[in-house]
Amino acid sequence: MKSLQELENLKLQSQKLVNLRLGDRQNSPHKHHVLICQGTGCVSAKATVIEEAFHEHLAKHNLTEDVVVARTGCFGICEAGPVVIVYPEGAFYSHVTPEDAERITKNHLVEGNVVTDLLLEGSSVGDKIIPINEIPFYKKQKRVSLALCGLINPENILEYIAFDGYKALAKAVLEMSPKAIIDEIKESGIRGRGGGGFSTGRKWEFTMNTQADQKYIVCNGDEGDPGAFMDRSILEGDPHAIIEAMAIAGYAVGANQGYVYVRAEYPIATNRLQIAIDQAKDFGLLGKNIFESDFNFDLEIRLGAGAFVCGEETALLNSIEGQRGMPNPRPPYPAVEGLWGKPTVINNVETFSNIPQIILNGAKWFSDMGTEGSNGTKVFALGGKIKNTGLIEVPMGITLREVIFDVGGGIPNGKKFKAVQTGGPSGGCLTEEHLDTPIDFDNLTRLGAMMGSGGMIVMDEDNCMVDIAKFFLEFTVDESCGKCAPCRVGTKKMLNILNRITSGTSEMAELDRLEELAKNIKISSLCGLGQTAPNPVLSTLKNFREEYEAHVKDNKCPSGVCKDLLNYFILDTCIGCTLCTRHCPVNAITGEKKEVHHIDTKTCIKCNVCVEKCKFNAIEVR
Amino acid sequence: MRGKTAMKTVNLTIDDLPVQVDENMTVLEAALQVGIDIPTLCFLKGVCEVGDCRICVVEVDGFDNLKSACVFPVSEGMVVKTHTKKVRLSRKSTMELILATHSKECLTCCRSTNCELQTLAEELGITELYYSDESPEEVTYDDKSNSIIRDQSKCILCARCAHVCSKTQGTGILGFVGRGVKTRVTTAFDKSLADTPCLFCGQCVVSCPVGAISEKVDIDKVWDVLEDPDIHVVVQTAPAVRSALGEEFGLPFGTNVQGKMVAALKRLGFNKVYDTSFGADLTIMEEGHELLDRLNNDGVLPMITSCSPGWVRYCEHYYPEFIPNLSSCKSPHQMVGAVLKSYYAEKNNIDPAKIFVVSVMPCTSKKDEAARPELSVNGLQDVDCVITTRELAKMIRIGRIDFDMLEDAEFDRDLLGEYTGAGISFGATGGVMEASLRTVADIMESKELRDIDYTQVRGMSDIKEATLVLGGRIFRVAVVHGTAAAGRLLDLIKSGVTTYDFIEVMGCSGGCVAGGGQPHVTAKEKMKLDIREARANVLREVDNSKDYRKSHQNPQVQKLYTDYLGKPNSQKAHELLHTHYTAKEKFPLE
Repeated sequence: MKSLQELENLKLQSQKLVNLRLGDRQNSPHKHHVLICQGTGCVSAKATVIEEAFHEHLAKHNLTEDVVVARTGCFGICEAGPVVIVYPEGAFYSHVTPEDAERITKNHLVEGNVVTDLLLEGSSVGDKIIPINEIPFYKKQKRVSLALCGLINPENILEYIAFDGYKALAKAVLEMSPKAIIDEIKESGIRGRGGGGFSTGRKWEFTMNTQADQKYIVCNGDEGDPGAFMDRSILEGDPHAIIEAMAIAGYAVGANQGYVYVRAEYPIATNRLQIAIDQAKDFGLLGKNIFESDFNFDLEIRLGAGAFVCGEETALLNSIEGQRGMPNPRPPYPAVEGLWGKPTVINNVETFSNIPQIILNGAKWFSDMGTEGSNGTKVFALGGKIKNTGLIEVPMGITLREVIFDVGGGIPNGKKFKAVQTGGPSGGCLTEEHLDTPIDFDNLTRLGAMMGSGGMIVMDEDNCMVDIAKFFLEFTVDESCGKCAPCRVGTKKMLNILNRITSGTSEMAELDRLEELAKNIKISSLCGLGQTAPNPVLSTLKNFREEYEAHVKDNKCPSGVCKDLLNYFILDTCIGCTLCTRHCPVNAITGEKKEVHHIDTKTCIKCNVCVEKCKFNAIEVR
Repeated sequence: MRGKTAMKTVNLTIDDLPVQVDENMTVLEAALQVGIDIPTLCFLKGVCEVGDCRICVVEVDGFDNLKSACVFPVSEGMVVKTHTKKVRLSRKSTMELILATHSKECLTCCRSTNCELQTLAEELGITELYYSDESPEEVTYDDKSNSIIRDQSKCILCARCAHVCSKTQGTGILGFVGRGVKTRVTTAFDKSLADTPCLFCGQCVVSCPVGAISEKVDIDKVWDVLEDPDIHVVVQTAPAVRSALGEEFGLPFGTNVQGKMVAALKRLGFNKVYDTSFGADLTIMEEGHELLDRLNNDGVLPMITSCSPGWVRYCEHYYPEFIPNLSSCKSPHQMVGAVLKSYYAEKNNIDPAKIFVVSVMPCTSKKDEAARPELSVNGLQDVDCVITTRELAKMIRIGRIDFDMLEDAEFDRDLLGEYTGAGISFGATGGVMEASLRTVADIMESKELRDIDYTQVRGMSDIKEATLVLGGRIFRVAVVHGTAAAGRLLDLIKSGVTTYDFIEVMGCSGGCVAGGGQPHVTAKEKMKLDIREARANVLREVDNSKDYRKSHQNPQVQKLYTDYLGKPNSQKAHELLHTHYTAKEKFPLE
């Protein structure tokens, strides 16, 4: 790639590849585009088989010339997967099976009749297809990081170029000084999306201002929060955006080498990213003298072995160096002394994905979105007791209520909302009273939760909050790197106390000790993992202390989750059918035929089989 | 402290005291300057500066969380508080957590009364242990090697051992394995140290604040022979022992206790007490002539010293291509052993099999060295038992000898009783080189030189070089201590960047005075004083006070040659005083 002109020409040529998806039927050589989501979720639900099925049926109907089948990244609404969208209509098919490919091909692609019974609920009114951004799930979303996820084939650089791909890099290298780029990034106000929320522009500035013979750009793709998959989806759906952003960062700070650190558990993301890197090299967008300038930039993937702590930047850098992934105290910060002791910019995948658009559209475009102090959008992974589990991107400042009830579709099965955990195992639980708080970095931190990387797990009335705290703590206990004592031993001691609470062997004084220990781990741990690991316990202690007390004082789990505190009883409504007796694996139930039965609670192992078998709801758990 | 040259100062306050210090200092160092003693546990100056243990935490204005003083840099206007309630509670809580994973067998521990953790627990006011034990499910107790015992139940994961092993020794035998509360410090594949390329240098032992790594104690063997009337027990003490033994009995660092040490050994009942410095003089004769032979006959150069068994193991495992460069000389105490069981036995008409040679060494690797099968003559090991300086102190205590009250005594003077200032210099870095030069230079210049203080090779920088002109020929030497630095130097030689005629390598940083068998010194004391210097000065003073300061002047060494060995590097000398080395695989396949 030699010039901006050459890139523009390539864009014009490539647009015909994607015009149909933008509703432009005239300038497209094809009649239909079939976009099949091939994010990890849909792939594990047979999306690749669906793709093969489409090819097979299109061949049968001689449509291979007229119809393009493209694999894309995640559409976000994983709950509805596997997802297939057919353009130009924008027909949004959900829960597609390989068998459905035949019907869609025959009815829709051959005969022109949308298969309405396969459409996503709410994506059509009668026979009329609603534009995708009008579907309730998408209506309140603002897709910047995910803009091209689900719209382009990530394995084809031309489709990225058709949507102004690499234009920001051209602009940066050909028209902007490094300082101008950093000023633009600073002015946009973008803060790190990986958890810390530090100003990206200032990070870059530190690195730019540090003199060194070698500098590095590192992309942190070591996404580790349980249930979070925003980085994975961006890498799977729009890998070129990351490559472009890292090259821009390299130009801005004076680095000629970048590393993308991705967990080995993300094979699809790694594969697509490698394809994208190879293509970028073929097109001269990586390598020597990019756009015939003096700027050289190369990129390599480094695979992580899946330790949660490697998401901490100094641990990640140690891991790239081939050391055990353990954090170092800061300062020195990586921006000054990072990879192999050299100044290193390290940003998260989602952060990078915003950069090209900030350069193209300007800082103001970005800072106009969001709230004071938290500009732009944020990607969240919705999970738990919520209807639309999946990936969403919303402007900062949207309320938790809007996210959970409008975008997320609310709580399934008519249950009542109880709490939402933001920030994964490092975050905290928020309650009903916080639902109308605008989401941004500072608000969440003030409430004792955190933005984290964007995990959002919803709990309903059936969830026991002590159990939830235990779940997150078990994770951090396992994932502590073992370096510093407060985290290594302290989190385990907290877990031991929680186990005593949920098994009815604790005492009230221990709640205070738990809180004291949690607070000390928070202030004295070496890295972010330990400093935030107590958050789920502290926030539930604060917001749901009565649940803890019920466990300790009354030996009761109000939500009926903690098995050790539950007992099974047979009510007088028992008709003596003996079904439960026959299925009880430990013979804990006795009773004569046609008489009320009895459970020996000492023998009972609380396996719940009797409840499931009883046809008369005669067994009570309390 | 980071290695920057331009010194700029900053002003800060610590506990309301104004402090002005170098901008490269840490809060810990700054506090020390105004007499504020911040407690530490994992910190070990120059070795382990990682902020792991979270004991040295302090409050720094502007931060919610506490900062570890040992790594947190000072800055202008910084306000530090070191003993607020928040800090005290944090330290106490963290200490309770550390103790929860630590074996409570304090009464029977090798570090009882000498344990940094025990002291710290008392200083932090720990009076009860709330948390139950949380030791890893499987703990290793490894006593297979000849030198070192690892007891994982006592390990507190401070990582001092791992850092000294990789950073100073360049070996990385010990490292972290596992995650969370299952994290352990161990070897690759959990092998016994005996089956790893460990040097047995014992730097991990002297770095460990607790009893998780210790020397293998061999004093029972010594007690047994001392009570056996049929056995003639000869003890020899290495130069460095006298420079540190006093520390075990409360004497200040850098006290020469040679006289009391000899008196104690005689009280303990050894038949003869000699100084290994005699062996050092003998080594110079053999090694010096070996060097001259290599220089004159196109032998393999640079020649490298071989008196440090840790270094020899390092060479055999990590740089076997340099084995031909190693001097074939046995180390001084092995030479003494060989001479005792031949020349001495003959002169005194004692059956060599009835002679039991005990070496008191500042070194744990010497235990392994003494067991090498090639270090024997006529089927008898040159040295029968090696005990460390610490073990000798233990024997003196068990023997209920009041060390302070001892009248100074002299080494036995017969046969192996003389030593020179050159010989005693072997105990510190640069000493072997200086001793060699004093003899080699005289021979090459064919005269008795008067200016014999080779100050270029003294001091504690890890690689030292000197270029001399001797006998009209340019003669380049290097001195290196700590095997990591040795590795760096060998890499430079391999890549052709530099070359030398003669190199002294000592496995431990500072040389034998700071060997792995020397008395334990707390991290706090190491922060205040370079104990390597303090101990090395003892040897320097002895050297300066000697009439004979060149090994070839030693009259008893001369007599040994005239009466028994012939001349240096003679066939007899080779049989008794030289050895060979073998390339060894680091982790051979089983």
